Amino acid sequence: MSSTVQRTKELESSHSAQGARGPREHVMSRTVAMVIMGAFTLYFLVPIWWLLVAGSKDTGSILTTNPLWFADFQLFQNIGDLFTYRDGVYLEWLRNSVLYAGVGGAVATLLAGMCGYALAKYRFRGREMIFNVVLGGVLVPATALALPLFLIFSEVQLTNTFWAVFLPSIVSPFGVYLTRIFAASSVSDELLEAARLDGAGEVRTFFTVSIRLMAPALITVFLFQFVTIWNNFFLPLIMLRDESLFPVTYGLYAWNTQLNQLPELRSLVLIGALVSIVPLIVAFLSLQRFWRSGLAAGAVK
Amino acid sequence: MTATTTAARVKKPARKRAQHKRAIAFFVTPFAVLFSLFYLLPIGYAIRQSLMVVEREGTFGAPTEVFGGLSQYAQVFQDNDFVSSLGRMFLFGIVQVPIMLGLALLFALLLDSPLLRGKRFFRLAFFVPYAVPGVIAAIMWGNLFSPNLSPFSDLTSSVDFLGADLVLWSIANVVTWVFVGYNMLIIYSSLLSIPVETYEAARMDGAGQFRIAWSIKIPLIRPAIALTAVFSIIGTLQLLAEPQVFQSFSSAVTSTFTPNMAVYATASIPNSNLAAAMSVVLALVTFVLSFSFLKFTQRKEARS
Repeated sequence: MSSTVQRTKELESSHSAQGARGPREHVMSRTVAMVIMGAFTLYFLVPIWWLLVAGSKDTGSILTTNPLWFADFQLFQNIGDLFTYRDGVYLEWLRNSVLYAGVGGAVATLLAGMCGYALAKYRFRGREMIFNVVLGGVLVPATALALPLFLIFSEVQLTNTFWAVFLPSIVSPFGVYLTRIFAASSVSDELLEAARLDGAGEVRTFFTVSIRLMAPALITVFLFQFVTIWNNFFLPLIMLRDESLFPVTYGLYAWNTQLNQLPELRSLVLIGALVSIVPLIVAFLSLQRFWRSGLAAGAVK
Repeated sequence: MTATTTAARVKKPARKRAQHKRAIAFFVTPFAVLFSLFYLLPIGYAIRQSLMVVEREGTFGAPTEVFGGLSQYAQVFQDNDFVSSLGRMFLFGIVQVPIMLGLALLFALLLDSPLLRGKRFFRLAFFVPYAVPGVIAAIMWGNLFSPNLSPFSDLTSSVDFLGADLVLWSIANVVTWVFVGYNMLIIYSSLLSIPVETYEAARMDGAGQFRIAWSIKIPLIRPAIALTAVFSIIGTLQLLAEPQVFQSFSSAVTSTFTPNMAVYATASIPNSNLAAAMSVVLALVTFVLSFSFLKFTQRKEARS
């Protein structure tokens, strides 16, 4: 896993160093480049800065004080209010999101990894057919499935349950595609033969040896699936009525639609939005190298 | 390598092979079952539903579902709201996708050039919005655009970003804000995989960064750009969360603003047969568009 990361780093430094060998770049070009990037840094970060500042203010002063600078620093009181509002429904939403996206993403990754591995490392009848059907599944837009899933779940009376959002989320055709390609190149047949000669069973070999070799692909699949589930809007919208089952994004959406009747929710929506994205931003930035090595693997092959 | 596997295969005792069969079943079955239940079954179910019509005996008779052929599909195309929502998304895609990918390409090329300092900072800063879910991003920008709440109220009170004329482009801005950094990373990864030697000679000959980017780098990363374009086309047609949130900020966003919103609105009537037909049409349009775009770029590739 570290080798891909290492390689990306080397590539990056060699690409950055190219200037040293060539003629010096014109000062104009450098300045223009920096100005462009500087301006867009503001575009990307000012909305998040505004959310941080707004989240730290009392409801009254959100509208009356400078929107881009702190006034009465109430961040922690606001977080306290958020967590206690209506018996802590927001914390329930956070927990639900972690269950849907975290646990769901992990299960999806494991199942996709097992299937992709079998498709890459064993020859059996129907292998190509399965792979082609799954590949077709990658192209089916997830939102097109939401309505028929709702109709099916209502026939078995499972709408408005945890499973209505969780079960469809643990299927990742893209994961099968990526892990198959990755396993084909990173898990060698010789190694598997050696494990067989040692008397290890196939399933055992997968869980002790192969899964480690496939780790970079598995992490990428997990990240993609986690984001897909966390951001999924149509499924909760169409499946869930009971507030205690909402994921956090859908809960905040529900509050936001009630602003006309309950204007005091505004500050809760803003602080709630802030609290829900901070862990995501931290996780994304610290795992960014996996995004890139995974994206490169997906794009190149 | 194939030779060794076949050799090993011949030697393999029959018992071992049976064991493999069990292992294969163990690996494949869970995914296959879930995929059938939550992908194949819904697709089949949607198609079936879309071919049925509800009939009543008289005005107050009990409704019964009977086979109606393609009549739901005829209705889909006569449904002005649905057709205009598709048209709206075409307009959106034609404008927003090139702008977003153009910016992503520009940033990726700048990150890959020796012109910048602090690359790591820019790369991280531009990627941050991708961590913000569409719903949250739409809530943030809805506030930023609104005439009374915005920090830039001088601007937002004179330009009506949430009015009927501009709201589509305000939503386009939300999508662009979230996804530019992500597309930038895909393109940048692909730029990193070009060996430096490829354009070293051009540099020695005195070619500037712009020239190198235009004549050497961009042609080499065309597959990555095509990939981001296909993802963006798919994403555009599936647009739902952002406009749904914008309904709270703008009365110009109708309940059938995008095709998916039309599906949801139709299902809530409830008219699940018509909604199912809409879902099928949307999936087909998406598939045909992204597939033909891929074919188109591949053919171009083969020619050049």
